[in-house]
Amino acid sequence: MSFSLYVEVLIQGVLSGLVYGLMALGLSVIFGVVRVVNFAHGEFAVLAMYCAFVLFGLAGVDPIIASIPLAIAFFVLGYAMQRGMVQPFVTRPQHEQFILLVGVALVITNGLLLVFGPESKHVDLPYSFDSYTVAGVLIDKVRVYGAAAALAVTAALFAFFRFTSTGTAIRASADNLTGAAVVGLDVKRLYAISFGLGLACVGAAGSIMMALTDMTPMLAPSLTLLAFTIVIVGGLGSMTGALAGGLLIGVAEAVASLVVSPAIKSMVSFGLLVLVLALRPQGLFGKAES
Amino acid sequence: MTAKTGWIDRRSLLAGASATIAAPAIVRAQGKSLKIALMLPRSGFFAQAGQSCYRGALATPKVLSDLGYNVEIVHIDTESSNDVSRTQAEKAINDGAQCVIGAFESGNTIAIAQVCEQRKVPLICNIASAPQLTGQGYQYLVRNFMTGPGLVTNGLKLIGEVSKAANLDLKTAVFMHSNDTFGTAQSQAMGKIFPTLNMPFKIVESIAYDPKAQDLSVEVTKVRGINPDLLMIVTRAGDAIKLTRDMVRQKLQPKAIMSPGSPGLYDEEFFKAVGPYADGFIYNLPWFNVKSQMTQALEASFKKTNPNHRFDLDGFNAGFTFEALLVAADAFKRAGSGDGETLMKAIKATNIKDHVMIGGPIMFNEKGDNPNIGSASVQNIGQKPTVVYPADVAVAKPILPFPAWQGRK
Repeated sequence: MSFSLYVEVLIQGVLSGLVYGLMALGLSVIFGVVRVVNFAHGEFAVLAMYCAFVLFGLAGVDPIIASIPLAIAFFVLGYAMQRGMVQPFVTRPQHEQFILLVGVALVITNGLLLVFGPESKHVDLPYSFDSYTVAGVLIDKVRVYGAAAALAVTAALFAFFRFTSTGTAIRASADNLTGAAVVGLDVKRLYAISFGLGLACVGAAGSIMMALTDMTPMLAPSLTLLAFTIVIVGGLGSMTGALAGGLLIGVAEAVASLVVSPAIKSMVSFGLLVLVLALRPQGLFGKAES
Repeated sequence: MTAKTGWIDRRSLLAGASATIAAPAIVRAQGKSLKIALMLPRSGFFAQAGQSCYRGALATPKVLSDLGYNVEIVHIDTESSNDVSRTQAEKAINDGAQCVIGAFESGNTIAIAQVCEQRKVPLICNIASAPQLTGQGYQYLVRNFMTGPGLVTNGLKLIGEVSKAANLDLKTAVFMHSNDTFGTAQSQAMGKIFPTLNMPFKIVESIAYDPKAQDLSVEVTKVRGINPDLLMIVTRAGDAIKLTRDMVRQKLQPKAIMSPGSPGLYDEEFFKAVGPYADGFIYNLPWFNVKSQMTQALEASFKKTNPNHRFDLDGFNAGFTFEALLVAADAFKRAGSGDGETLMKAIKATNIKDHVMIGGPIMFNEKGDNPNIGSASVQNIGQKPTVVYPADVAVAKPILPFPAWQGRK
């Protein structure tokens, strides 16, 4: 097998990994600040995919472009959901949070089944079947655009946390909740913003994924599992970890598929997960609990 | 002479009670039409295929009625679940079904078969390829469909024949298959059957993949690295779409892409998703004989009952569902009774020469399988499944080598 094929697979892994990373970033942001694990994460991603599908059908909006308005819409949805539904559960036992969010997941999946049916949906983009050839290496156009969009959203999120006062306040709350409350930060509002940002990531990632793959309502659990694998490998609550985890999983799956067998893709992801849990339980970029 | 002192004596009461208890069975046996429970996976994982079979069933009553048959069809959704299949079969029989037809998927069908065997109600399998279905000694089961190994044997033979007919020299092949139950079974059958058939090409690589993967780009890259003459694929619609997209993007261009016997490539969903890129694929499957008069009658009825459907007839799903209903109706007419045992005897004695699918008369061997089902090579031409081989049933010649991806509109 020629060297260029290995380079191609590596690039495909990186491009897919960036989109995976963005989706997992949402999960990590929510847990890192609010300390609630969003078990409906994959369902929100699929909901975003359907929104992108509808936008494409009604107005011909490219799902990669639609990732911007959908990120905003999902931010609002996340903000409202945290304020109206999740906030009372923040201090409750984890199994109650779990039941709440699994309930939300069931409602989303069955709602989508009711409205759209079980058949898979896709969008026909003018460049869906196109690819770039760079020095003999073939790169899918749609994956390049998707990865670029994912990278842009991720960069914007990192900039928000690094350079804005709200972002700094959220980081402060995540680091020391009591301290943040003592200095007068409105923690409930910061929680709602964080939940909104988490869902904004999912909204954008889901919309981008609509350009890359077909979807059905039943896709959601596998996306939730993927996001969990990535954030656990990267470190639950760590934004850098989520991004690195996405890239690692994307590249590891692609390379293992080529070198060993495509059938072991999932085994590689879960193998990595087990390895990380055994050697570094807090994840690659996570902080060890004192 | 015995004087009657009241209106009901002990004997009359006993006779009346017996008649009441036996009434449903007697009514069942003596009705003028046969009540059939048609069990299909119209929702859940196999919904696409189940809906496709259902469309065929909607077109069936008119054709059967024109042929002088009288059936009442009760449509039941198995939800692609073994448990639902089992409980719904029980319910259908309790509600008076005299015959059960279904259920597209082998696991669902086995669940129904257990109920039918217990209740002595005939089960006619429309589609399901697991060999064990007819290998377990069920007395109330027949299958008008091929087994998995049968599909692969016929599929492989046709690959050899159709490439020879098109003067295509194939030396190397890659076999790609999904790693679900169906794909794995096909792969195992391939491993056993391929060495016995003296094919003109050798399989240089076998690639199993997860049909639920987000994309199949790496798998396609791997095939590109091998650059085979022939790509053999076993897919369902979802993974066939992903595979096609990645093959086009990566400009993978073997001399032929053929399926030795699997669904996916003829599904409406596949055509909708990939459009002109659906053309060129060849799949070797049991298929309806477009030259048969009964097929033409079914097509006419199908157009009326499914006016928004793009095809004249919906793949082999509609054809086999129709034929299962035909077998039941024909047996009922000959038996003159819907009693389970009598009806089953008539079903086993089936010999229907004129029918829809390619092959000899519909009849069943001692195991309950129809040994006369034939396969055809079907190619997507002009975004429509078209029979291209064998010549006696073909309506077009095969287009080989595989048409270039570039420039398709």
